Parts: sequence; structure tokens; C-alpha cells
Amino acid sequence: MAHESPTALERFINGILPENPIYRQLLGLCPFLAVTNAMAPAMTMAAATGFVLIAANVMVSAIRGLLKPHLRILVFTLTIATFVTIADKVLAAYLYDMSKQLGPYIPLIICNCLIISRCEICASKQSIKVAFADGVGMSLGFALALASIATVREILGSGSWFGVELLSPEFWPAWGIMVLPPGAFLVMGVLLGAAEWYGNRKKAAAAAQTSEA
Amino acid sequence: METVSALVLIFLSAAIINNFVLYYFVGICPFLGVSRKIGMAFGMGLAVTFVISIAAFLSWAFTFYILRAGAPIPTQVWALLGGDPETTVDLSVLSYIIYIFVIASSVQFVEMYVRKFFPALYKSFGVFLPLITTNCAILFACLEILKHLQDPMNLWGLHEALALAIGGGIGFTIAISLMAGLREELDMCDVPKALRGTGIALLVAGILAMAFMGFTGVDKGLANALAMLSN
Repeated sequence: MAHESPTALERFINGILPENPIYRQLLGLCPFLAVTNAMAPAMTMAAATGFVLIAANVMVSAIRGLLKPHLRILVFTLTIATFVTIADKVLAAYLYDMSKQLGPYIPLIICNCLIISRCEICASKQSIKVAFADGVGMSLGFALALASIATVREILGSGSWFGVELLSPEFWPAWGIMVLPPGAFLVMGVLLGAAEWYGNRKKAAAAAQTSEA
Repeated sequence: METVSALVLIFLSAAIINNFVLYYFVGICPFLGVSRKIGMAFGMGLAVTFVISIAAFLSWAFTFYILRAGAPIPTQVWALLGGDPETTVDLSVLSYIIYIFVIASSVQFVEMYVRKFFPALYKSFGVFLPLITTNCAILFACLEILKHLQDPMNLWGLHEALALAIGGGIGFTIAISLMAGLREELDMCDVPKALRGTGIALLVAGILAMAFMGFTGVDKGLANALAMLSN
């Protein structure tokens, strides 16, 4: 290979912030917007996606020697679909109410482009250990991003966090729009802008420092 | 009369009232990725509508005859193998895998068709055409059909499944074309640097979703009006 492939530790750290799947790569937005009107469903979603991502990464990495280039996307999606079926059945068995609430969004993990892109970029090229670390890092990054938007939407929209009331309804008229679909787009847009602004500022500061030195 | 009005309701509800993109958040990736030029967005919408109809047809057939609990074909096979006739054969655990397979093959089919008959369009789509496979709008339509085939009281026929799929596809086309029109105008605006690109697109989508919320409840009102008419 022409350039050095990232090691397990680098993959793990990259997933959390520097290459955050949501804020940096804009992957997997559908579940991100759909399930984040409260913390509890968002965290369930993050756990399910994390399980599928790690399992699919390890599986694809284990069979990477057998992959044929023109069939690889199909193999990825079928692997993911298998693990999503497992996650769906487990959720329906142990967390029935949550599984009902999340409805079609659990099976829609199959179409989460984040997982396919990780299989393509990392797992189909590197060892099982690196693929596992990459999966864990990316899942943590995804969970962190879900938590950030769900926190804003739940506190503003229903005055609570994880179902615990923080702002009493007397002095906080809940913003109904936040738990409805438009709120997801608006909060996401503002948060994305904030992340971009912070990144630009850091970059400018670094540039100023190098020019001084 | 009753069936026709039910079909119209399913169609309108999928296309406008509960718009796939702006209400269910499915198909966001192409909605943000391919919505820079109206022409391309419209073409993308049509391709998705086409794929969604084929996929809905195939997945309805698979679900109805093979996958749902007590479907005819596995029951026959089970009886041929000498199984206990009292048992219900349920293969629905396989449904996600079958759907993905169906969608991937329909996309392949559309890709071949477009490459043969519309080479210019094929070139302009580039990587986005194979990416329709991972468009959640299509899988979402399949899942909705699965949901309505699991309820034995109100079993959906093929016409209802197709009404939902075509309605959803047209709803996607409407949303993505509107978005592309807005973004073409946005190119001439002075947007804060941090919000440029996806940030402002998401804010615009939020306002668009708010506008579409105005349709909430229209399906119920329409159903009532139709029921009164038929009485």
C-alpha cells in the first residue's frame, strides 16, 4: 500500500470526534433525525446501530479475503441485514415498548450509509482488530452526536431529560415544534453550523500560530 | 367506489400529508446530496419512484405468498414434507434480507435500462444511481407494506401497496425538487460562512417541513368527507 493504513488506536480515536460520522461526514442522517425527540429512544437507537456496526465490521473483515469487487456491496448489505434482524428480534423480545416506538427505524438501520461506508473504507481492507476498534469508535461518535441533538430537542421540547423533568411546565412552555419533524431539521442545522464555526475558529487559530512561529 | 377512495387516500397521504422525506425522514441522504440542480433532482426523483414501484410490487408478492405468517407457498411445502398441519409457518424473520435483495436487484435493473436508453442521464447521475440501493425511502415502503400484510383484519392487496409506493415516490420527487429550487436561489444569497452548504439546507428543510405540517389531519377530513359522500 502506498500510504500507511491507520492503526487500531487511530481508527478508534478518529471515530469519536475528528471523523465524527454525523458532524464531519454527514452519514446516517435518517435515523439521526427521526428518533431524536427524546433521549431514551435515541440511546436505544445508538446501541442498536453500534451493535450492527461492530458486528458487521468484524464479519466483513473476517471474510475480506473472499470478497469479489463487483459483489462486495451486496455482501455488505446482506451481512448488515442479518445483524439488523438479530437486533430487531432482541429488542422486540426484551424492550417491547421501545421497539414499538422506534417502529420502522430499527430495520432502516440496514440503509444507514455509515455502516456500509465503514465496511468499504475500513473493514474490507484491514484486520479484525482494527475493524473492531473502528466500529467501537464510530459507534461512540454516533451515540455522542445522537445524544447532543436529543438533549437539545428533549429539553426544549418537553422540558425533561431521559424522562426526568428538568423545567417545570409553569415557567417553561414546551416548544411543541421541537419534538415534531421540523424541529429535527432546525436543531440539526444549527448544531451543524455551530460545529462548523468551532472547527473553522480552531483552524484559524492554528494557522495564526504557525504564521507567528 | 369505496376501494377507489381508499386508494386515493393512501396515495395522497404518502405523497403529501405524511411526506416520506419531510415527515418520516427517509431518503435524507439524496435529499441533501442531489438537490443542487432542479433537473438532476427531478431525474433522481423519477428514478426513485420507478425503483420504489418495482420494489413494492416484488416485495408485496414475496410477502404475500412466502414471507407472512400462514402464507400459502410455505404452508403447502410444509404439508408436502409431512409437517403437522396445525402449525403456522412464519418466515417473516427473513423479510429484511429478502427486501434488500429485491431492492438491490431492481436498482441494478434500472441502472442497466438507463445506461442503455438514456446515456446522458446515466453520466450525470454518476455514483448516485447505485446509491439508490441504500435509499431508505424504498426499504421504508417495503416495511410499510409488510406491516399491512401482518394484520389479518385489513390485508392490503397489490393495488394498495402500489398506491403507497407510487405516492411515496412522487412525494419524494416533490420534496427534492422543491428543495433544489430553493437551493438554486440560495446560491445567490449571503449565507454565514459556518452555515454554508448542508447547514442552511437543513434549516430550509425545517421550514419546508413546517409548511408541510399544514396538511396534518387533511387525510382524516378527506376520509370523513368521502364517507359522507358515499352515504
